[in-house]
Amino acid sequence: MSATQTPRQAMPEQEPAVRARNFEEVPLGYTPEMAMAEAGRCLQCKKPACVQGCPVNIDIPGFIKHIAEGELDKAIGKIWERNLLPAICGRVCPQESQCEGNCLLGRKGEPVAIGNLERFAADWEREHHACVLPSSDDATGKKVAVIGSGPSSLTVASDLVLKGHGVTLFEAFHKPGGVLVYGIPEFRLPKDIVAAEVACLESQGVKLESDVVVGRTVTVDELFEQGFDAVYLGVGAGLPKFMKIPGENLVGVLSANEYLTRANLMKAYLFPEVDTPIPRGRRVAVLGGGNVAMDSARTAMRMGAEAVSLIYRRSRDEMPARKAEIHHAEEEGLHFELLTNPVRYVGDDQGRLRAIECVRMELGEVDASGRRRPVAVPGSEFTVECDLAIVAIGSGANPLLPGSTPDLPLNKWGYVIADSNTGKTGKKGVWSGGDIVTGAATVILAMGAGRKAADSIHEYLTWGW
Amino acid sequence: MFTIVAREEMAAGTVILNEILAPSIAAKARPGQFLILKANEKGERIPLTMAETDPEKGTVTVIYMVVGKSTELFKRLKVGETYQDVIGPLGQPTHIEPGKNVICVGGGTGVAVLHPIARGMKQAGCNVTSIIGARNKDLIILEDKMRLASHELHVCTDDGSYGHAGFVTEVLKEKLKDGGVDQVVAIGPVPMMKFVSQMTREFGVPTMVSLNPIMIDGTGMCGGCRVTVGGEIKFGCVDGPEFDGHQVDFDELMLRLKAYAAEERCSHERCACEERGAQ
Ligand SMILES: Cc1cc2nc3c(=O)[nH]c(=O)nc-3n(C[C@H](O)[C@H](O)[C@H](O)COP(=O)(O)OP(=O)(O)OC[C@H]3O[C@@H](n4cnc5c(N)ncnc54)[C@H](O)[C@@H]3O)c2cc1C
Ligand SMILES: Cc1cc2nc3c(=O)[nH]c(=O)nc-3n(C[C@H](O)[C@H](O)[C@H](O)COP(=O)(O)OP(=O)(O)OC[C@H]3O[C@@H](n4cnc5c(N)ncnc54)[C@H](O)[C@@H]3O)c2cc1C
Ligand code: SF4
Ligand code: FES
Repeated sequence: MSATQTPRQAMPEQEPAVRARNFEEVPLGYTPEMAMAEAGRCLQCKKPACVQGCPVNIDIPGFIKHIAEGELDKAIGKIWERNLLPAICGRVCPQESQCEGNCLLGRKGEPVAIGNLERFAADWEREHHACVLPSSDDATGKKVAVIGSGPSSLTVASDLVLKGHGVTLFEAFHKPGGVLVYGIPEFRLPKDIVAAEVACLESQGVKLESDVVVGRTVTVDELFEQGFDAVYLGVGAGLPKFMKIPGENLVGVLSANEYLTRANLMKAYLFPEVDTPIPRGRRVAVLGGGNVAMDSARTAMRMGAEAVSLIYRRSRDEMPARKAEIHHAEEEGLHFELLTNPVRYVGDDQGRLRAIECVRMELGEVDASGRRRPVAVPGSEFTVECDLAIVAIGSGANPLLPGSTPDLPLNKWGYVIADSNTGKTGKKGVWSGGDIVTGAATVILAMGAGRKAADSIHEYLTWGW
Repeated sequence: MFTIVAREEMAAGTVILNEILAPSIAAKARPGQFLILKANEKGERIPLTMAETDPEKGTVTVIYMVVGKSTELFKRLKVGETYQDVIGPLGQPTHIEPGKNVICVGGGTGVAVLHPIARGMKQAGCNVTSIIGARNKDLIILEDKMRLASHELHVCTDDGSYGHAGFVTEVLKEKLKDGGVDQVVAIGPVPMMKFVSQMTREFGVPTMVSLNPIMIDGTGMCGGCRVTVGGEIKFGCVDGPEFDGHQVDFDELMLRLKAYAAEERCSHERCACEERGAQ
């Protein structure tokens, strides 16, 4: 049977009715047999389009070939050449619009399940510890401070430590990982996987200092005074956006950042085993249509909600969330309230949320974003009863660090201006990348930015600014 | 490692002082700023104001009232034991204008937060009158320190067991009537700050309050600490914790502080049971 005829290996998953009430991971992972069968579908293209779709240019046919031949240690080694967080990327990258979106097989049938294979290789390694990590170059004596510990910072740290530089990660929270630990839920990305990938960096010599809020505990300039030769800012886009509609401060209206931080970082879903509480909505409304909205809604489901509605102002086709997550959410019984915009929160006399007044939308002219602009249908107001509303309409640049670094050039929205090829900012010795430069984006783009910055920092430490 | 180097029980054991080793925080902290502390792996992130900092010893001091599970856990920590996490300094430092006529009003543990501010104002050449109060004599804290930090000190107790019998607002009103007050600083339970602000508004005296909304990260990331000030939404942790008392929507703050009342009761009861079980 030719490769094109072999069907794509479906990922085994927890049953929707079961998983919608637990926090365990939804996709269960391939068996070695499934992985080899899937790897066998790859055409090993001479000019692999998949690689071009990958922001960090993993040698995709290379690692897939090793899986097909059962050389799993070599497969993970191949991935590590370009990406030290494969267990994470294999789970959360938007493959459908990157590697898999480009795969030749996708033109006629289904693309190779590159993400599933990447995850398989990484999980196999974590279970077997069969491989030796790449070794570091000789120590250069240079020191780099990396602020934040999200995917972008982790990439910078790993690249620079391999080149022999001393690297210290400074994290404001008590745990490293950025959005990977406080945002993305356990059922999509188990936290011990993030911990394992961070531990792997530490074993290579990266120092981690959590509980340090740069801009408060210590400033960027003070880090230079303490002897750091370069600073990388990977602080993410941690400023919650609200809709600025009446009733936003009612008890029961939370930003997705707050809801997910309580649930993931503070493990509040285990309350009262842990001390941090989380509101358990009976009827929950989530505002937004991206990954953050899906994660919030699916978390609410798992917290025992009777009904969860996702309120999104455009249509389903425009939802920015990963296709797989929209599909999972739907299977789990989430209700989509599409082409709908909230106009006002309604509370009771105790200041608690009772309902949201909404208006129906229709799609009008194409706007600057290339999507048809939603416009309100006059007189179409209706109410959605709910006791918990989670606002997941995006996030902006948190001004805390930039505000304490006055000579760091920012754009008009408060994001750090950095060269897209090198990550260099307008302040000498300072690089930046990830969500704090681009605005909320993806794990792999944050990693790609980290890689470029690491190259540029290395060049600087070797040759000068 | 955030080790507790000194510990004191005040107000009949309901208020606890911990002096904690945290050199990098101590080096940066300014009056009015706060910390976020976490007792252990499963603990909640809890904000507490720094009552004192000693950059030379590398220590920061918190004084807190034991009200629920987390403060109960904090209370059980002994000298030599550690907080798993201490984060700070957070929030805006107090803005002190030298040479003013100021009245500092403190209620309950609010006095701990008020003390460094009163002292800072006195050092900046302000004329400081302080009025502190509590339910009864046993609950008055830091009286001696407040006396040193003020030119004039009044102590009030609700039940009349010590000092002036009655609320701090009664003494405040007399002072306001005398006139010549440039600013009032009020720190204590929310209802007290609300009443002080109402009173000073009548007299047209600018008033600063220190708010205590529920917080998680303390860095402007979650928005859980939202308060309405002058009709606008502010984040208590980064825009505050100090705000213009005449602009604050205190009623909303009180409702928001009750958001987790049921869960807090549950936590506290479990905590009490564990204690009994252990004995
Ligand atoms: C709920 C959710 C779901 C998502 N799902 C996906 C997905 O499925 N696939 C995908 O590709 N992307 C997803 N994303 C987006 C992706 O997670 C982000 O684009 C990515 O994490 C950005 O990485 P970063 O390194 O720039 O910053 P972040 O991951 O945001 O990390 C920044 C870190 O810096 C720390 N920090 C901030 N300020 C300071 C300071 N002053 N001092 C010290 N430390 C500081 C923060 O605490 C944080 O740990 C999701 C995002 C969210 C919120
Ligand atoms: C900036 C700031 C500074 C503060 N400084 C002091 C201080 O110096 N001394 C002092 O005694 N208290 C201070 N507080 C209040 C203190 O944080 C709460 O008393 C403490 O969180 C109670 O925790 P608990 O688990 O013991 O009580 P719980 O049983 O959980 O709650 C009791 C009450 O404490 C409040 N509370 C609960 N969780 C939080 C939270 N995460 N953040 C804020 N408030 C919460 C609520 O009003 C609640 O009703 C401050 C609060 C803030 C925001
Ligand atoms: S494009 Fe698809 S078929 Fe071709 S090498 Fe990449 S994964 Fe294999
Ligand atoms: S505590 Fe999270 S924004 Fe203030």
